[in-house]
Amino acid sequence: MSRLLSRLLGAILTLFITWSVVFGAMRLAPGDPVLLMLQGTPISDAAMDAARTKLGLDQPFVVQYLTFLADAVRGDFGDSFRSRQPVVKLIGDEFPYTLQLAIGGFVVGVLLGGALGIAAGIWPNGWIDMVCMTFALAGLSLPSFWIGMILIQIFATELGWVPVLGSGLDALVLPSITLGLFIAGGLARLVRNSIIEVMAQDYIRTAYAKGLTAVRVITRHAMRNAVIPPLTLLGIQFALLIGGAVVTETVFARPGIGRLLVQAVLEKDFPVVQGVVVLTTAAYVLINLLIDIAYGIIDPRMQA
Amino acid sequence: MAGACVLIAVLALAALAPLLAPYDWNATSQCRRLAPMSESHWFGCDLFGRDILSRVMYGARFSLAMGISTVAISLIFGALFGITIAYRGGRADTVGARLIDAMLCFPPIILAILIVAVLGVGLWNAALAVGMSGIPRFARITRAATLSLVARDFVEAARSVGSSHTRIVLRHLLPNLAPILIVITTLDLGSAVLFTATLSFLGLGAQPPTPEWGAMLNAGREYVRYAPWTMVFPGLALFVTVMAVNLVGDRLSVVLDPRQRS
Repeated sequence: MSRLLSRLLGAILTLFITWSVVFGAMRLAPGDPVLLMLQGTPISDAAMDAARTKLGLDQPFVVQYLTFLADAVRGDFGDSFRSRQPVVKLIGDEFPYTLQLAIGGFVVGVLLGGALGIAAGIWPNGWIDMVCMTFALAGLSLPSFWIGMILIQIFATELGWVPVLGSGLDALVLPSITLGLFIAGGLARLVRNSIIEVMAQDYIRTAYAKGLTAVRVITRHAMRNAVIPPLTLLGIQFALLIGGAVVTETVFARPGIGRLLVQAVLEKDFPVVQGVVVLTTAAYVLINLLIDIAYGIIDPRMQA
Repeated sequence: MAGACVLIAVLALAALAPLLAPYDWNATSQCRRLAPMSESHWFGCDLFGRDILSRVMYGARFSLAMGISTVAISLIFGALFGITIAYRGGRADTVGARLIDAMLCFPPIILAILIVAVLGVGLWNAALAVGMSGIPRFARITRAATLSLVARDFVEAARSVGSSHTRIVLRHLLPNLAPILIVITTLDLGSAVLFTATLSFLGLGAQPPTPEWGAMLNAGREYVRYAPWTMVFPGLALFVTVMAVNLVGDRLSVVLDPRQRS
């Protein structure tokens, strides 16, 4: 319980620091927030002062900072400069699409990366290992926006096997593959190294000496221990997917918070930028906290 | 070996682009707009009639320069921060470590986009943003390595003979940190080139008409159905370069890291 409490307090402190960084960054951004909000609409000085008071910009810096933190906890980031809609509503509308894409990419990455890593780990230093690791490195080196466009051209445009746009599961195939390839690369390497390390342990040698088959040794004894390091990476990767889906959403013209963020930066819509970054970091901290708790359950040694 | 050869070829291409490129990278109307590959234009032409082969060659300069700059920024400031807090120890190390952990909670692309939101779009602003987003990672690795060195006898011996802090850091810590710094720098270079190209693809980095590979892919995106060569060759150049850098980085890490050798 004390470990859990200390992790929770650490997560809260981390959130406090990240949100403070976001607040500072937005205050450093060029341009008057009121003028940006008005987007060129002419307005009197008195009305500008009233707008500044409404946004709390006439308050001392410390008051603005504390108000920002309190609003962030409540999920209130004001209204978008461009659409005048509440930022939290815009994010709420887009987030399910990003989550769909993140889950799809995650599944593809785990299946492909796991398969490559297990094959390379069970038959290390041979041609299987070389082929699998070359694929893994290629996955890490491939520009996701390039492979996405190639997949669209071949499978959607030329062959017509899957649609490019749409809300169905078939429209999620190509974006998920695009996103999953990068995770697969890193995961394959980690799984391979983890399996090689576990297979060199004495208890594996004992299991073989007792006459157990290779399949039984790997599935019953090696895999549970080999899965621990990749589990940590997977959790971090899933959290990163939420932010990293930005490129895939752009290539496939899918709605999502990544695309929302990029458009907000280009349009200098700072409330949206602020809201997306705050919520993304909160999701990342929460997922890492859950991984930490799961880690302790899977590996009892970590509970000490 | 193959990675090193390809990387040397790409570096040579970048250096000799003015001599090797058949056309000026920005000269328009060299051929019909979106002309396909031909004898005079091996990679075809883009929307403005510019030779894609020449732009890909010059693009090596921009893409590699941005990648190297970002890694240099991450290395210099990240290593400086990591060494400083680890060497000082105590409260400075505790606060610094907590700050690094907090900054690592930003997904790198989100942090880079946030920095671009502050600095504005552009080639070097994107490079600065990517470089700054890499500082926490370098700081964490350098801090961990420095903490293990600071506890060693040779540092204690240097202190006891009256060496200044600067001398201890420069003459004793840095040479021992060099292998790990070289490894992480090389491993990071590939992803730095890819990352800066990604920002350019999103419209946040290099702006037209700069022949940076990511920006070229962004420009070719709308015409990929009719003129796929506008995106095939810049993307292939980017992939081959990043793959070569990653292969070299992998090999270097095995050579320099004794744990990987065993």
